[in-house]
Amino acid sequence: MTADLHWLPAAPSDFAARLAAVEALPEAEAWDALKALSQTRLDPARTNRLDRVLQRRFSDCEAYGLALLGSSTLSHLAAGIRVGALRRDLRLTVVEGPYGQYREAIESETLRAARPGTLLLAPDAADLLGPHDPAAGTGDVTGALDHLKRLWDRARAVHRCTLVQQTLLPAALPLMGGNEHRMPGSLAARTARFNGALRDAAAEEGVDLLALDDAVSRYGIDAWHDPALWLRARQAVSPAAAPLYGDLVARLVGARLGCSAKVLVLDLDDTLWGGTIGEDGLSGIVVGQGSALGESFLALQAYARDLARRGILLAVCSKNDPATARQPFAEHPDMLLRLSDFAAFVANWDDKASNLRRIAQELRLGLDALVFVDDSPFERALVRQHLPMVAVPEVPDEPALVARCLADAGYCEAVALTDEDRVRAQAYARRIPTAGDAATDLAGTLAGLGMRLTWRSFDAVGLPRIVQLVNKTNQFNLTTRRLREAEAAALIDDPDAVTLQLRLTDRLGDNGVIAVVIGRLAERDLNVETWLMSCRVLGRRVEEGTLSALAAEAARRGARRLVGLYRPSGRNGMVADLYPRLGFTADGEGRWVLDLAGYAPPGDLPMVVETG
Amino acid sequence: MTEEAALAALAPLFEEVFGEPVALAPELTADDVEGWDSTRMIELIIAVEARFGLKLTTREVDGLATVGDLAGLVARKAER
Repeated sequence: MTADLHWLPAAPSDFAARLAAVEALPEAEAWDALKALSQTRLDPARTNRLDRVLQRRFSDCEAYGLALLGSSTLSHLAAGIRVGALRRDLRLTVVEGPYGQYREAIESETLRAARPGTLLLAPDAADLLGPHDPAAGTGDVTGALDHLKRLWDRARAVHRCTLVQQTLLPAALPLMGGNEHRMPGSLAARTARFNGALRDAAAEEGVDLLALDDAVSRYGIDAWHDPALWLRARQAVSPAAAPLYGDLVARLVGARLGCSAKVLVLDLDDTLWGGTIGEDGLSGIVVGQGSALGESFLALQAYARDLARRGILLAVCSKNDPATARQPFAEHPDMLLRLSDFAAFVANWDDKASNLRRIAQELRLGLDALVFVDDSPFERALVRQHLPMVAVPEVPDEPALVARCLADAGYCEAVALTDEDRVRAQAYARRIPTAGDAATDLAGTLAGLGMRLTWRSFDAVGLPRIVQLVNKTNQFNLTTRRLREAEAAALIDDPDAVTLQLRLTDRLGDNGVIAVVIGRLAERDLNVETWLMSCRVLGRRVEEGTLSALAAEAARRGARRLVGLYRPSGRNGMVADLYPRLGFTADGEGRWVLDLAGYAPPGDLPMVVETG
Repeated sequence: MTEEAALAALAPLFEEVFGEPVALAPELTADDVEGWDSTRMIELIIAVEARFGLKLTTREVDGLATVGDLAGLVARKAER
């Protein structure tokens, strides 16, 4: 088995010609053309070849920095990481430490100057744990773990960046066999023990893991590590696995930057059940216990349902009569997924690209938040062609393997789980009928919701959700400034910072923390550096409630004016006119100003705004 | 497979790895080609192994002096 990007479609046969053509394209088109090539199943040679063009064309652009430090040769992994980032529309540079000297390199001037956003530590087992020691009476790994924790502390203090720790590649050979753990000094046993302990330590310290040991259990040690290459070039990770390694790293970077997919869009016929509901009818489709094929479709349903429970939204995109498409969900006793599991349900005879646009619009998310699963190669090709920003895995023909393919692709990579994630699917399901009401009598509906907007300053318990919201909100976001957890934590005690996390509850339930504002006091001005809101609560006048809370807190802290800025990002057009809409006036220098003395909250605000 | 056939089959692999066509001849060595360092050599070996579905041993790789040696080795091993 090879550790390759098997969920991506094959690279085009004219790969070389397309790559050559990129050289002549203007910048934006060159980037899109390279990105399209990166979203195909590139082997190591083509990954490196693509990377060379990428480096040549985009060497002097602003980029996200990733520092790569370890005890073995790592330089052959940089191209895969850069191409993995390109696949996610991220411009990333890799700063490599000097060979083997990761401890010293952490505080080096070179690394400080590079200002990395992420630091990836990739030591190998022998370096950290020493060789096999059959005579050892103890297999304790806490010393090595403490050593690593001290490195994390130093890295944090110097760089204030996201840390990613690679788990140890389990390449050591067993000396006993299946009961290796009974030999304390065995390197293989200590590697396994260390990797186990690393989970708890990393969770405690807020360090993300690059779980190479899991990847080895998926693809096999031979796919990841070649002893001959280890001895020839000290490459712990084989270059043959470099494209996948790079994708795994880029997933983690992307997850922290809010690039992970948020919606799983599913086709119905021959994807969620076998057969065609419009022709075979309710009794003719294959789904459920009793046959291997029926259980295969159930397996995908179960995986989708479990993803929904951890915060991924589900949607249907099907060419079907709308009523017929809904029938199995409502009436087939063996179906696991029900209509209430879906945040959006689109069944009609339009083309799927148009329908995916509708789904994104209805969920108020970008198209790049969607993963589209369809058994039909035609539909997949059509969507890839018209909507290149939608992730379309090349799912296998065997339905039993579809869920595995989605898991391998890692589109929904997440680094933290919040309470909001666990109830998101229900929140969206509730939203569907209220959206319908809104068109008829918006004011009446809102007044009847019994909304409560409760705000408080940033605190430790709220940090994970705050950081998540700041880093994944793209549309209702005035400045699109991202925030690392350490930076957010520093704001808690910053005397010049005014921070608000706002929670919305209504008679339907708790929407969780849905808006964040960060302001900085300068003289008598409060400069609003960050203001963003989850699109889930759009159209409910929450932004007006937010302003009233912000104005009150700003005045209490001694400010006389609010000063705001709109920074277009290409995706936040919906808030281009937010400040004038809320009564701010232009100061002629691109900023928006609100005089607090002249401000009063709207009298008809359909919600209670309170601290708590 | 003949050595000539192997040489012809190696040409696209060299192009993939070096990013441009390389004029292959049996007597060509790493010193003759710009950028053919040890890292490139490993990429090349991996590409050869993947393309022909074979595994080259450390001894075999160390014994390679020219492109002709590589073509000969591939021709021999691909037969089996």
